[in-house]
Amino acid sequence: MKILVTCKRVLDPYVKARVKADGTGVNLDNVKMAMNPFDEIAIEEAIRMREAGKADEIVAVSIGAAKTEETLRTALAMGADRAVHVVTEDDIEPLGVAKVLKSLVESEQPGLVIMGKQAIDGDSNQAGQMLAALLGWAQGTNVSNVELDGDTANITREIDGGLERLALKMPCVLTSDLRLNEPRYASLPNIMKAKKKPMDKKPIDELGVDTAPRQTLVSVSEPPPRAAGVKVASVDELVDKLKNEAQVI
Amino acid sequence: MDFELNADQRAFIELASQFAEAELAPHAAEWDAEQIFPVETLRKAGELGLCGLYASESIGGLGLPRLDCAMVFEALSRGCTSTTAYISIHNMATWMVGQYASAEVGGALGPALCSGQQLASYCLTEPGAGSDAASLRTSAVRDGDVYRLTGSKIFISGAGSTDLLIVMARTGVDGPRGISAFAVDANSVGISFGRKEIKMGWNSQPTRQVNFDQVEVPAERLLGAEGEGFRIAMAGLNGGRINIAACSVGTAQMALEQARAFTLERKQFGRPIADFQALQFRLADMATELVAARQMVRLAASKLDIDDPDKSTYAAMAKRFATDAGYRVCDEALQLHGGIGYIREYPFERYLRDTRVHRILEGSNEIMRVLVARRLLDNAAALM
Repeated sequence: MKILVTCKRVLDPYVKARVKADGTGVNLDNVKMAMNPFDEIAIEEAIRMREAGKADEIVAVSIGAAKTEETLRTALAMGADRAVHVVTEDDIEPLGVAKVLKSLVESEQPGLVIMGKQAIDGDSNQAGQMLAALLGWAQGTNVSNVELDGDTANITREIDGGLERLALKMPCVLTSDLRLNEPRYASLPNIMKAKKKPMDKKPIDELGVDTAPRQTLVSVSEPPPRAAGVKVASVDELVDKLKNEAQVI
Repeated sequence: MDFELNADQRAFIELASQFAEAELAPHAAEWDAEQIFPVETLRKAGELGLCGLYASESIGGLGLPRLDCAMVFEALSRGCTSTTAYISIHNMATWMVGQYASAEVGGALGPALCSGQQLASYCLTEPGAGSDAASLRTSAVRDGDVYRLTGSKIFISGAGSTDLLIVMARTGVDGPRGISAFAVDANSVGISFGRKEIKMGWNSQPTRQVNFDQVEVPAERLLGAEGEGFRIAMAGLNGGRINIAACSVGTAQMALEQARAFTLERKQFGRPIADFQALQFRLADMATELVAARQMVRLAASKLDIDDPDKSTYAAMAKRFATDAGYRVCDEALQLHGGIGYIREYPFERYLRDTRVHRILEGSNEIMRVLVARRLLDNAAALM
């Protein structure tokens, strides 16, 4: 079975995000970038499936500008067999991402797609669901455990009330939660080997899918600075403030 | 000419930083306090390729450029200076095996060293031969198919806990030309170890004296040819000096980052202490010296990579400058923390203790000046 895994190049999660002065987005000049942590988990899960003999090829996919190649090299160094880089300078919205991935699924014919549950930059948490819908495949989002059994993926999802267990018919789309696994390091010998693994570059226009934005970005701003707290005299006053001032209950 | 990191270097640094943060930093204080040599962690480092960074590929190493290695050591030392320094010594000894052992011996010893399954020590210094290393007296006498080694080595990093000793011993005349290098199994009959030295820093690696009493070493364990030992020892140290300097830079960077954060956070007289220009200037000097040190280390590593005729001089300059600057930055970071800097709950006094020895070993900083001055005053050579 072939597994398609996605990985997005994002602002390093340990770097402080700074909004551009003109409010058009987050400043990504000269800041450290990294692979989306949930995607690392997705790749790790695919590698473990291959190590367990449940899969025989892992294709890592990313959409982005030239430097996205480095993120794909990390995926290859972790253990993916080959990579597909869909090249674009534009920000692609989740629906556009799902359409691009659908096109790749049609040409690659994987038996399983594993994605991060969301990318830590936009936090949309949409591309996986949209891809499953476009393909008409089953979807398992926020999975914390996966057992493959023939044509069935038995998954555990982390939901508000606890854990939900589902049996999905394959092929399907899975998105990884934080506790699915702990990703391995890309070792130095594997970083060297990754340079020789195939990486296919496809300009996004050649896929023939409509990725034009459907949303307009109005402005990006820093969250308001945290104001000083106040002391309340009684529980009643606290409840009143929560109800009427903060309007959270 | 380009001062930017390439994609490989960024990937190597990323791995080394992850390893430093997850596997070294959380334990560094305990390893220091309890004097624990973290063998399991070193094995993990080996699995990731960190034990044979520049050893030749023929013995299972990665054959990386020294420039890339300096960046890796710098990143690792952010997690634990002392452990990284040992890893760098192991790398140096492993490189010597790859470079100077016969194909058979290299093939037999290399893979276990490069994967961190076996660990190595470098044995040059003797009770009577420190800075004047060429005066060493440990003897190696040929006897048929073996050499018999007799003598003592002191201040040997890892000794007693490592598997292979790279030993410089005298096979001929007095002076540097009578010295040969050997790869000796640490469990050979006739080897005994002294007590574990009690040190100021570098506590995550044991330091012991090693005594040789008629130790039989198979003749094929000779590295290079007879009489080449001093040259081999110095070739190893050219890289070793750069590695140790990189460990100072990484530690100082860690100290500076924390000092910066602290001065922004700590309030006295009603405002963050970073508002005081006296402290701003100190931070500015720390950062400036640190960047200068890093560039010197990388320049020296690059000179080694291209086998520049002045590579030893550049290595000496970089070692002298970066280990002094690194120590000073750690000291300033401690000072900026005030009383907090002095107590062991915080890492600053450990940074200071660990980087202090970098100014002494792999050739003291005074010897570094001797080397630089000798080159500078050589009438026959152009100024660098």
